[in-house]
Amino acid sequence: MPYQLLRFAFASKHPEPRMFRTPERLKNAYDAVIIGAGGHGLASAYYLARDHGMTNVAVLERGYIGGGNTGRNTTIIRSNYLTPEGVAFYDQSVRLWQDLSQDFDLNLFYATRGHFTLAHTDSAVRTMRWRAEVNKHFGVDSELVGPDEVRKAAPQIDITCGGHAPILGALYHAPGAIARHDAVAWGYGRGADQRGVEIHQQTEVLGINVESGKVTGVRTTKGDIATPRVLSAVAGFTPRVTDMVGLRTPIYIHPLQAMVTEPMKPWLDPILVSGSLHVYVSQSARGELVMGASLDPYELHATRSTLDFVEGLAAHMLDMFPFLSNARVNRQWAGMADMTPDFAPIMGTTPVEGFYLDAGWGTWGFKATPVCGKTMSWTVANGRNHELIKGFNLSRFERYELTGEKGAASVGH
Amino acid sequence: MKILTCPVNGPRPVSEFAYGGEVRPMPDGATCTDREWADYVFNRSGVPGVKIEWWYHIASGTWFYAERDTVADRVIRTWLPA
Ligand SMILES: Cc1cc2nc3c(=O)[nH]c(=O)nc-3n(C[C@H](O)[C@H](O)[C@H](O)COP(=O)(O)OP(=O)(O)OC[C@H]3O[C@@H](n4cnc5c(N)ncnc54)[C@H](O)[C@@H]3O)c2cc1C
Repeated sequence: MPYQLLRFAFASKHPEPRMFRTPERLKNAYDAVIIGAGGHGLASAYYLARDHGMTNVAVLERGYIGGGNTGRNTTIIRSNYLTPEGVAFYDQSVRLWQDLSQDFDLNLFYATRGHFTLAHTDSAVRTMRWRAEVNKHFGVDSELVGPDEVRKAAPQIDITCGGHAPILGALYHAPGAIARHDAVAWGYGRGADQRGVEIHQQTEVLGINVESGKVTGVRTTKGDIATPRVLSAVAGFTPRVTDMVGLRTPIYIHPLQAMVTEPMKPWLDPILVSGSLHVYVSQSARGELVMGASLDPYELHATRSTLDFVEGLAAHMLDMFPFLSNARVNRQWAGMADMTPDFAPIMGTTPVEGFYLDAGWGTWGFKATPVCGKTMSWTVANGRNHELIKGFNLSRFERYELTGEKGAASVGH
Repeated sequence: MKILTCPVNGPRPVSEFAYGGEVRPMPDGATCTDREWADYVFNRSGVPGVKIEWWYHIASGTWFYAERDTVADRVIRTWLPA
């Protein structure tokens, strides 16, 4: 046992400062209110305070910090997207990630592993080549590789996948990485808190006051607040919040599930994704295999898990790695994914003045946490959309100008 | 395994069905504005609640209605379109 833990046994008070303060009560007014203390909300608060000097800000969270999709995701970070808007945006995000641990003075366990999207059919190989070329054109490090490279990177793989789905090639994206999701929320939360932002957990927003088209305040379970600016960063709860201001959006909610095995010795270095087999997998720093599959097939506002999911995913995992037949599944869980018809997010200003949206992040928004914080804080501070998010505005739908980010996720990540 | 009741084939595992989305009235394309049409094409009432939805029993090719609570995932009733 580390001796410093003894201090805790003898101290009558907690001997170390907590990560965040717990403010007693809400103030009557703030310059901005952020709904949702997930990674996106906390990152926005952090950059609002650090880069824009706005510290009279409250982050309101109905549950606990990072308890939404931030703490439920499988932490894959990559930038091999398909549209110019997407590539520029995610590329910026990957860059921000790389020095975030320094920024926070907190180890995020950011690990660059390399990311393979496997192709099991000729047409999939063609798609991978196309994606690689588009990526290279935009300066993103992606290439098409053959089965030998896949085997070299993951020697335990059955390259024929049980004989019925042989791997013919893969899109290889060297900067693909994973990170510790909770630490991301805590790092941003602590950084925001140290700069004066108040984080109120167990505080649910029940309504938003709008007068002649402008936000004037929010109603919460802990009382009412006056504020001219509200940022909604509530992922799977977005339709409930947009309903409070009478906004219609294309967002619909489907659950996304995941599971982990018991920890094992490190054997899988890269991140592997197979759209055809509906599998993605990486091995965490703790040794667990972290696995996910596709979105649940129908609308549901709940985080229940199913046995169907475990059965289906396990069968496909065994196609790829037959030696895992004795591995045990330790945990499974679900999050509520906020989906859009073009697989691109909905960000920025809305027809309601002072109401800003950061939503539609579905199954792929963890990787975008830093850049969302950067661009949303800029947008809230300046009252207009940051250059990088102009293509993601809610108004694109009524103009029939969809973004078409098909590279988003063939399986949910 | 979740069970859904097909109005023709009775109770069947949900994996035999495809979800067709909420039943929504279509505006008249000839008379509505572009905005109204875009609203119909893209926007959804994403708020949880009891909704009437389209479901499809794949094996028998049956489209039908289901009234379902989208929080509890409880199907209240299913019936064939008149
Ligand atoms: C199983 C799974 C796997 C995933 N895998 C990946 C992956 O590998 N890579 C990737 O990039 N992305 C992945 N994602 C997506 C990613 O998790 C999300 O897009 C991202 O975490 C969203 O972060 P957020 O901060 O916007 O939302 P959240 O972390 O969900 O935070 C929203 C918060 O708002 C709070 N809230 C809601 N309503 C209210 C209210 N009325 N008042 C107050 N508070 C409220 C909620 O309690 C919640 O804490 C995955 C998602 C899931 C579910």
